[in-house]
Amino acid sequence: MASAHLELRDVRFRYRDGDFALRIPELRVEAGERVAVIGPSGSGKTTLLHLVAGIALPEQGRVHTSGIEVSALDDAARRDFRVRQVGLVFQEFELLEYLGVLDNVLLPYRLNPVLRLDDEVRARAVRLAERVGLGQKLGRRVTRLSHGERQRVAVARALVTEPEVLLADEPTGNLDPANKGLVLDLLFEVAGEHDATLLVVTHDHDLLERFARVIDIGKLIGDAA
Amino acid sequence: MSGPLYLASRYLRHHWGKTAILVGSITLIVFLPAGLRVLVGQSADALTARADATPLLVGARGSALELALASLYFEGEPPEPTTWAQVDRLGATGLARAIPLHLGFRAREHPIVGTTLAYLDFRGLRVAAGRRMAVLGECLLGAAAARDLGLGPGDSLVSSPETVFDLAGVYPLKMQVVGVLAPAHTPDDRAVFVDMKTAWILQGLGHGHQDLTAPGASRAVLAREGDRVTANASLVQYNEITPENAGSFHFHGDLSGYPISAVVAVPPDEKSRALLRGRFEAPDETQQVLRPRQVIDELLATVFAVQSYVVAAIATVAAGTLATAGLVFLLSARLRRREIDTMVKIGAARSFVAGVLAAEVIVVLLLGAALAAGLTGLASRFGADAIRTFLVS
Repeated sequence: MASAHLELRDVRFRYRDGDFALRIPELRVEAGERVAVIGPSGSGKTTLLHLVAGIALPEQGRVHTSGIEVSALDDAARRDFRVRQVGLVFQEFELLEYLGVLDNVLLPYRLNPVLRLDDEVRARAVRLAERVGLGQKLGRRVTRLSHGERQRVAVARALVTEPEVLLADEPTGNLDPANKGLVLDLLFEVAGEHDATLLVVTHDHDLLERFARVIDIGKLIGDAA
Repeated sequence: MSGPLYLASRYLRHHWGKTAILVGSITLIVFLPAGLRVLVGQSADALTARADATPLLVGARGSALELALASLYFEGEPPEPTTWAQVDRLGATGLARAIPLHLGFRAREHPIVGTTLAYLDFRGLRVAAGRRMAVLGECLLGAAAARDLGLGPGDSLVSSPETVFDLAGVYPLKMQVVGVLAPAHTPDDRAVFVDMKTAWILQGLGHGHQDLTAPGASRAVLAREGDRVTANASLVQYNEITPENAGSFHFHGDLSGYPISAVVAVPPDEKSRALLRGRFEAPDETQQVLRPRQVIDELLATVFAVQSYVVAAIATVAAGTLATAGLVFLLSARLRRREIDTMVKIGAARSFVAGVLAAEVIVVLLLGAALAAGLTGLASRFGADAIRTFLVS
């Protein structure tokens, strides 16, 4: 399987209830690489992240992530794989409003018993919260945070399990220009600190120059066609 | 704490308003039927225990229920009066001990019960402080009456006026408290006991006034005709019986015709009881003899029938409330679609998410049930007396 950290080969995907179909002949991302995924709305950027994370299964083809053929795993194994190996950051933050900052960061440990929540994990979550500048707001409800702060909580949550792959779906889409730069800096820094492979879906072309590689999913599909 | 339970508890705490409404609704629909059953059950027990402890009641023909309720619990309207002659009549049969009761007067909210010392012995009432009433104008307080009124031996208690707007009527009598009974946990605790003659004075059938033959009383004399003296309106009538004026209190007419409310008849055995009942079954009999237990059982049968209708109505409301609560949870789950999707994307199983939602429902149900149990406990501790009073009044 060479040394690629993420590899999709001959992948075909179709939503059950729609006409949309995605075909990716080949996509390789090396370990530790920082890759931006761009493309028009509805072109399949989010679907690509879901395939890599094992949230969605291809009709055909193989998806390897961190050396595991995710597309061959059953539901439970894909959940366990995802919660251990993949960190997810969403455009709308998707924090639980009834939890405080620290509890949101620790959320993956509450959701899946394959992860064990102990003092070491709690200490790591606190360090991460401090790292993203929220060390003084550990108990604060996330509804009382600014958008930039909420996205930083989401970044800390994605990293608390020390994943090998960090997937971010338009993480700066809801942020003002100042916070866009801050959050992207943060993603790059913490992904670097954890040697995580970073795949970021974005519409923001101003940010593209900061990525080592940019994948235009429209072209990827176009090439395949 | 497990993941689902932890998340459920945090969600419920965050949405405390919604949680409080749901828990309150569950509490009510559990407490109302359960509490009602417990309270009515306890009250029924208390009512029947009192009835069981009273072998027979004799009184004027009329409502058996009024006679029983007034005589046993000192609540409700006094029954049609009978006369002291019935006490003599019962005594003459030799079939039962006769204990008179005269009711219908109150001292503030407490019933004044005219009776004899035999009543205290019959009910096993023990004096906790002071002594029993011995002479006219003395009263003995039940434990709760003494506590409520804040009175003890040596204090005085004024009966409530019966005819506020009747200038020629009966005026309150100031009575001397000579003792307080130990708690009996029966209606006797709320009563103020006086002897029969004091009760008749309360009713205006006996009175005391200044001596018209005494020097200085001439202003109160309207006319003298031989030994007969007619007083005018300035005659001083006593509203307190003291050692100095006790001798002036007197009763006119034949005491056997004086009114009483009921007679507690205590036959020594079943045979005497049966014979005694037979004596009061003549077609032209003006008195009735009744077994209190039988009357109370009839009352309770009605109460239980009404209770079953009330419980059925509550059950209908409960079903509606539960359906509404279910709808709230269902709509809440729909509104939380994104939150649920996020959990699943991060790595939660759908069964885990279902567990979170189920834990929320279970916690609300358990909290509601626990509160209902607590309320039922409180109600059974403090509410039985209120229900009993409601049932008999």
